[in-house]
Amino acid sequence: MSRQMGESHRRFLQTMMVSGVIDEQAAKALYQYCCETHHTQYAPDKLEDFIDTINSRLQPMFMQIRKGMSENNGLQYYALVNMAETDITRMSSDYADNELELFRKTLDLIVCSENGKASSTDILNSTDSMTTRKMKKSETEHLLSRLVHDKWLSEKRGEYTLSTRCIIEMEPYIRTMYQDHIKVCHICRNIAFQCQICENPTCGIKIHNPCVARYFKGKSEPRCPSCDDFWPHEIPEVKRPHSQSRR
Amino acid sequence: MTQRKRPSSTQSSSQRRHTGNLVAQDEDDDATFTQPSTSQVQRGLEKLTPAQVDQKTAEVVQYFLVKDQKKMPVRRADLVKHVVKDYRNIYPEILKRAARTFDQVFGLKLVEIDPKNKMYILVNNLETPDKASPVRSPSNPKMGLLLAILSVIFMKGGVVRENLIWNTLRKLRVDPGEKHEEFGDVRKMVTDEFVRQRYLEYVRIPHTEPIEHEFRWGQRADAEVSKVKILEFMGELHEQDPKTWTQQYRQAHSLPNSSQASTSSSSQR
Repeated sequence: MSRQMGESHRRFLQTMMVSGVIDEQAAKALYQYCCETHHTQYAPDKLEDFIDTINSRLQPMFMQIRKGMSENNGLQYYALVNMAETDITRMSSDYADNELELFRKTLDLIVCSENGKASSTDILNSTDSMTTRKMKKSETEHLLSRLVHDKWLSEKRGEYTLSTRCIIEMEPYIRTMYQDHIKVCHICRNIAFQCQICENPTCGIKIHNPCVARYFKGKSEPRCPSCDDFWPHEIPEVKRPHSQSRR
Repeated sequence: MTQRKRPSSTQSSSQRRHTGNLVAQDEDDDATFTQPSTSQVQRGLEKLTPAQVDQKTAEVVQYFLVKDQKKMPVRRADLVKHVVKDYRNIYPEILKRAARTFDQVFGLKLVEIDPKNKMYILVNNLETPDKASPVRSPSNPKMGLLLAILSVIFMKGGVVRENLIWNTLRKLRVDPGEKHEEFGDVRKMVTDEFVRQRYLEYVRIPHTEPIEHEFRWGQRADAEVSKVKILEFMGELHEQDPKTWTQQYRQAHSLPNSSQASTSSSSQR
């Protein structure tokens, strides 16, 4: 059940509109700040209720504040997303047709890849098959850096992945468009791009890297939760919120 | 409104100015739309379901938010043409509901910055907090620089020659001639981005050779930025009572509230 929307909710929402996506710790700090600034009663464990109140008023505009996990550090993030469109027309106000086409191609590469990454080389090569106005190398590089700046993609060592905000916002679209290709994490049941895969050919379950870290923590002999085969991949460490981890 | 009236001959080549002689196109677009009467709106509403009206309101809200993200004003003509469309006969009702949504949900105020050409912006309606937000917004450094510029303009009586602004920025170690680490092309940011966003006006001074411009507050600054707060900040900075700047103090406190641009019919903007 939702409370009345007050100034504290509005300030939270305005911050979300400007920032786009924030991590859970920042969200909690922001919630406290908004309540204190507007002298509203503050209960530390009621962030979800607070956001529900906002969401109930955002729903008629097909907007929501949604939560999702970063595939890099396993932390939870909140993003203000647009639910109205079923495809990526939400980006269409910021990007030209051919830029959107290239983004779709990058999405293809990432979704269909095993490691959830697309190299800049592969993305550049995909411009050959563009049906809208072709993009030069410099244009492609500029577009990619804009997409990173606008928090749709993340880049590391020349490889591009979907940003946390992108995954939160586009999950419904991706599930619809790539039904047969998408990977789902066996542990958290969410869509998975960067993940480890069980090497048993009859099993093949996928687990997010951070979910691997949490599930196998402290286990001396990691075994697949589904088929019990030895889990051969390196078990990452669980990342703490205050540690220096990249999104 | 105690703003100085601008001589009508000054026109900036770098910005679209909504004065009568420039906007034949705009006037044509807008001329096709006549504001429906109250009875027309009533009749129109009777023919639609509440859900339909809500849906259209939501679309208008979304359109505004997208435009406002880039701080671009919304023209009524565009709004009616691209979003309102068949619902133009109940346009005033839709705009009223959209304004209510902006206020109640987003804490934003719908402000008409150009009564003649029907242009709107969204302005922050939440009061400026005493403590800074724990979430660092991406535009914060730009806002800081903008506030410095607005402060200088205000303290100097509302209009300054551009050199004063460039010198002020240099003192803040932001050189308009060089590419800045944070702001990039500083000159472009100040004379183009801030102007398009309606925070500043950058107007050519006639008969100057080489060409010189002057800066004034833009409509968005008038609506969003509190002169009282600027004066308070100046007071702290110089360890003086804000009242010692009598003219500025009078100007800051003479206006009923911070949204000055919307209703004043004497506004020349």
